[in-house]
Amino acid sequence: MAKSLGPVKRKFSPWTDPSATPFIRFENITKRYGDFIAVDNLTLDIYEREFFSLLGPSGCGKTTLMRMLAGFEEPTSGRILLQGRDLSGTPPYKRPTNMMFQSYALFPHMTVEKNIAFGLEQDGLPKPEIRARVEEMLKLVKLEAFARRKPAQLSGGQRQRVALARSLAKRPKVLLLDEPLGALDRKLREETQFELMDIQHTLGLTFLIVTHDQEEAMTVSDRIAVMDKGIVVQVATPAEIYEGPNSRYVAEFIGDINILECALTENAGVCLHEGHPPVVRLESDGLSIAVEQECPAAVGDRVAFAIRPEKVRISLDPPAAAETNTAHGEVWDIGYLGDFSVFLVKLEDGRVLRAAQANVSRLVDRPITFGDMVWLTWPLDAGLVLTR
Amino acid sequence: MKPSRFDSTVLTLCFAFLYIPIIILVIYSFNASKLVTVWGGFSLEWYRVMWSNEGLMDAAWVTARVGVLSATLGTVLGTLAALALNRFPRFPGRMAFTGMIYAPLVMPEVITGLSLLLLFVAMNVDRGFWTVTIAHTTFTMCYVAIIVQSRLLTFDRSLEEAALDLGCPPVKTFFRITLPLILPAIVSGWMLAFTLSLDDLVIASFTTGPGATTLPIKIYSQVRLGVTPEINAVCTILIGLVTIGVIIASITTKRNEARRIRDEHAAIRGAG
Repeated sequence: MAKSLGPVKRKFSPWTDPSATPFIRFENITKRYGDFIAVDNLTLDIYEREFFSLLGPSGCGKTTLMRMLAGFEEPTSGRILLQGRDLSGTPPYKRPTNMMFQSYALFPHMTVEKNIAFGLEQDGLPKPEIRARVEEMLKLVKLEAFARRKPAQLSGGQRQRVALARSLAKRPKVLLLDEPLGALDRKLREETQFELMDIQHTLGLTFLIVTHDQEEAMTVSDRIAVMDKGIVVQVATPAEIYEGPNSRYVAEFIGDINILECALTENAGVCLHEGHPPVVRLESDGLSIAVEQECPAAVGDRVAFAIRPEKVRISLDPPAAAETNTAHGEVWDIGYLGDFSVFLVKLEDGRVLRAAQANVSRLVDRPITFGDMVWLTWPLDAGLVLTR
Repeated sequence: MKPSRFDSTVLTLCFAFLYIPIIILVIYSFNASKLVTVWGGFSLEWYRVMWSNEGLMDAAWVTARVGVLSATLGTVLGTLAALALNRFPRFPGRMAFTGMIYAPLVMPEVITGLSLLLLFVAMNVDRGFWTVTIAHTTFTMCYVAIIVQSRLLTFDRSLEEAALDLGCPPVKTFFRITLPLILPAIVSGWMLAFTLSLDDLVIASFTTGPGATTLPIKIYSQVRLGVTPEINAVCTILIGLVTIGVIIASITTKRNEARRIRDEHAAIRGAG
């Protein structure tokens, strides 16, 4: 399917500008249900035109946070500001936000065009204007041919697009998307992710998306807030979160990662490369690891060393360079993923490290196989010391 | 599997047991003879007699009015009760309220009738049309509440939230979204309420007074003086009405089902 791409995307990072005012501000929000604390004293800023994700496992409070912004729940304490205006006490039907529901919530007794026109009718817009806007929306989601159908006569993907069109029709200041792609199959989901980004970019709206799918969050978002048990653990761009998780929780939630328990033996040591941070040395059951990183921990502290599998090189020959970290072990298992192969390497002390290798050539029989003794190496800037 | 001789015998006996009395009643309503048990040839005489029997016609008219009024009141109250039970999972006295909604279903009619009679006497209300209507409303609303509540259990609340989210205030949301979607349940609740009111003898005889004799009471009192063929005629008409109602209901259900299947097929084709 040929797609017309919107305007070229530019670097967008208002959150780095201290003078920028946030578009949405969650200020010390707490939500309690009886004894259960769904959201715990949470503060979060979202900027205009941002595509922002709330990511976390179910029960982490992300949906509650979104429903409070939509007005379906009132915070127990704290306030939500939209463009500086306090939203407390404003009912959902008076808020300039619109939501796309996880179940789509299409009105089954109305046709597609009636569904899309519903919100516009509530605003009392003149009929011709409503018709024009509905047509524009149908065109945006490529459903012109289905205007007269009822939701029951549509496929899952089409319903998803009607739900999107309906929530966009009123041009909300913020569009809230609750697990918008959860019900679609993988291929359609990937396609729709790019379409969503395109639509967000073209219309210049602020999107807030709730998801438990880390891949989805990584693909679409400008920034991601990773949540756990009612608090935000880290807010950063997808790349920052993937390359520099601030805790084990984030590191393990996003992507695949090896974690080794270590003791810190030297901090702020020599500076091996100009412009790089000084070296931190760790000791993990006989394995010495060096990392170039600023680290707040002191010598003797228990810390974790984390490294992504694709940053671990695997080789049958011992490394030549002295300046890398090395580990020696036996290939325990291999996961062939097509684009990547993941090797599970058992170290001498029984711990298992994962190393991923891109399958760059069309070999069916790979040179490294089960039972081979291999060398794992990684440079000083590939891993990360996590103190919490 | 081919039905065995035993199966078909049992089936025939069951149907005979159920329907032979009704068939005999219908046949004898067309009997020319005045004697109920002797066939004297085909005639519509008793339908004419029935038509000119003012007492019977008055009773039919009372029954129709009581039925429509009490079914409508019962439907409104029952729907509200169902909404309250569905929408407010916790409120003081909920258990008691739930129990009292279901109680009249299992309560012997004699008790319901008697307690209503005592109430009306205690309140010094003259018994008649309105007391029967109120009595029928109280017991039909329970059936409506149960039917509507079971529909609300499968009602997707996010539909209402979506309407609110799109700027529709709560009351309007109820009339634009909730009501149209639960309407089939409300309509079948109304029909059940109407039917229950139509054939109630016990509660009506406790709570009615002079001038508001319902059809079942009238038939019952006439039969005590002997079965006349015109009663057969009245009953045949009642059976006819109920049969037509059931047939319309089942055709509508079947049509809806067929349309749902067609829609699904259209959706699958459209998905490509």
